[in-house]
Amino acid sequence: MRLWKTILAAAVLSLATGTSAFAARTDLVIGIPLEPPHLDPTAGAAAAIDEVLYANVFEGLTRIGPKGEVLPDLAESWTISDDGKVYTFKLHSGVKFHDGTDFDASDVKFSLDRARADNSVNAQKGLFAAIDKVDVVDPATVKVTLKNPQGSFLYNMGWGDAVIVAPESADTNKEKPIGTGPFKFQSWAKGSSITLVKSDNYWGTPAFLDKAEFRIVPDAAAYVPALLSGDIQAFPFFDADSVAQVKDDPRFKVVIGATEGETLLSINNKKPPFDKLQVRQAISYALDRKAIIDGASAGLGQPIGSHMSPANKDYVDLTGRYPHDVAKAKELLKEAGLENGFKATLKLPPPSYARLGGEIIASELRDVGIDLEIVPVEWAQWLDQVFTKKDYDLTIVSHTEPNDIDIYSRKDYYFNYDNPAFDKVIADLNLTSDEAKRKELLGQAQKILADDAVVGFLFELPKVGVWDAKLQGLWENAPIQANDLTKVKWSE
Amino acid sequence: MTAYLLKRLTIAIATLVLASMVVFAVLEILPGDPARLMLGMNASADQVDLLRNQMGLNAPLPWRYLHWAGGLLSLDFGRSYTYSVPVIDLVRERLAVSLPLALIALALSTIIAIPVGLFSASRRGRAGDTVAMGAAQLGVAVPNFWFALMLIYVFAVWLRLVPAGGFPGWGAGPWPALKSLLLPAVALALPQAAILARVTRSALIEVLNEDYIRTARAKGLPYRAVLWRHALRNAMIPVLTILGLQFAFLLAGTIIIENVFYLPGLGRLVFQAITQRDLIVVESVVMLLVAAVIAVNLLVDLSYAVVDPRLRSRQ
Repeated sequence: MRLWKTILAAAVLSLATGTSAFAARTDLVIGIPLEPPHLDPTAGAAAAIDEVLYANVFEGLTRIGPKGEVLPDLAESWTISDDGKVYTFKLHSGVKFHDGTDFDASDVKFSLDRARADNSVNAQKGLFAAIDKVDVVDPATVKVTLKNPQGSFLYNMGWGDAVIVAPESADTNKEKPIGTGPFKFQSWAKGSSITLVKSDNYWGTPAFLDKAEFRIVPDAAAYVPALLSGDIQAFPFFDADSVAQVKDDPRFKVVIGATEGETLLSINNKKPPFDKLQVRQAISYALDRKAIIDGASAGLGQPIGSHMSPANKDYVDLTGRYPHDVAKAKELLKEAGLENGFKATLKLPPPSYARLGGEIIASELRDVGIDLEIVPVEWAQWLDQVFTKKDYDLTIVSHTEPNDIDIYSRKDYYFNYDNPAFDKVIADLNLTSDEAKRKELLGQAQKILADDAVVGFLFELPKVGVWDAKLQGLWENAPIQANDLTKVKWSE
Repeated sequence: MTAYLLKRLTIAIATLVLASMVVFAVLEILPGDPARLMLGMNASADQVDLLRNQMGLNAPLPWRYLHWAGGLLSLDFGRSYTYSVPVIDLVRERLAVSLPLALIALALSTIIAIPVGLFSASRRGRAGDTVAMGAAQLGVAVPNFWFALMLIYVFAVWLRLVPAGGFPGWGAGPWPALKSLLLPAVALALPQAAILARVTRSALIEVLNEDYIRTARAKGLPYRAVLWRHALRNAMIPVLTILGLQFAFLLAGTIIIENVFYLPGLGRLVFQAITQRDLIVVESVVMLLVAAVIAVNLLVDLSYAVVDPRLRSRQ
């Protein structure tokens, strides 16, 4: 009997140790919902890739900061020719890749040429479309010549898809990423976690953390217990519906910020009756953004009236353009000859903002006589049917790429929107680098989209971060898809 | 015995071939393009086509089937579209979680279910039986994700005895790895044990009504001996059948539990592969599972022969 007690006590003790935590830590476990398919930011669109590697392992010529601003990165400075076509980048010297090879101008040339090559499968190839040629001036200087001036060029070079890779390791980055950042890749247990460790020979300010593990937690139901048990100390993208469970707990910080995700009720602009402006405007009047935001994002999203994040410096508030007005919506439908209403389908991809928002929108549109049939689809189906084949009436989706108002000018884009006046504004914008002029053009673009009621503008997807109250330096907003750990540290 | 075995083997192979055709055909008609999924919404149609070519997706369907099926014959399961590593490596990593988990859960469920079934059957209709079967009913009815969350709150959040989820890998040592499989195994075992206990009980009760049991009792054998030596052995066939089915389920049908405990198991691999249209992974894993189910069934059939000598001597 006594022996049994001893064994039991020993077992309990050995179970209990190893889970307790002490102060002055230099390690961090971060929960992420989706596993990256591979670890090469230049070869895939999945946000999860950048959310592990951007700024941590890989760096670009420039980088995007926590407020969405362009900051120097591997390029310490640059000059722009008077005609806006030639960018000369002065590079940091003494920079090494994690495998010990040197970084210099030839790596920049290699990376940019690789991304824009004919056989490139870079998911954001458009970022490099304006580049005419890349020349190595000397090991610390690289000259990029553009076909035409491009106002967003420095911003484009800050994307995860434009990071600098080495010819020696470019082909194996998917499995074993080699960058120049303050963290180097250590291991990837597929389906489970990805571990980064501090790089010893980093050229810039070293990271505070010695080790960072990204643990894949696919089910939102597991977030709260993982935090409470201390297994995971930060969820930069928490589940909005679970916030209530931790928001009054002093051990945790709940940080609500903005993403670049404009959540839209997308409309097939060529398909009758949606080709009529009155019908689209009627839909905009019928939408009650407050109710949608409450239901689809736990009240945390910010309303938008056009395609721009309210956190963006060029944002114009157009949320008052179509106030919630059922009578006005009915009147517009009558003008369009649809006083008896009509039937349409609403295809909903898996995210909860779409599935929850869809129910509310369907009921709001029913109030003005539009009878929606809800069709839930998977992502793969959505991309195939809605995005590629444009076989849809209405759908809900969040456009998470930053500064992507130009999608409305793309030929053959799934909105089926075609307005030469808008295209002209975007074409001018692409050639403009003067900040004030860009702001004006972006304002015009936002206004045209709102006037045309191209889509139903719903809300900016919130970024709900929850982490240990002692943790500092994680981003509040998500101006770009990233979990930048370079400034993250534990307070005493 | 040889004829019995040969017949079973032929059926098994025919099932495999048929399954490979059905699995391939069904998955290939699913809407969705893995190349578009990888490149996202900003890539042009030309680029998607380029990637499709690189992934070999533009080849004609029958050719791709033969290529895949031919590969299976030489145990080459192809390369994952999204991970771009051999499928077999992915499966091996996942089996390192799923197989021990399934075995622990199965062992737990058997250890709980057989004694409970014996206890209930020998006390049929009395209070003990009612309580035990009531509990079993509850075990079947409780949703396992809820039970899993309760286990997490008690043992991980409150008592902090085990981690709330995740899997450190066997490289971290056998104890931390086992520790992280304990709660999921319990969560998986409970409903299985409940089903198994009920099956054991009813099979036993049926056997206990047989004449030879009365004869055994009449010739003076103690009740215990009758129960263990005569009744249980004869009641094993339905129990083994259920066990076989449960093992197949536990190997890959545990996606909900894998999600709640964020374990990198086989179920999640398949689920993720379906959503990403990583068809080659789905096809190959499903085929492996078909093969595993067939093998388990074959084993169960053979074990019938072990517990029932009549099957052995039959021509």
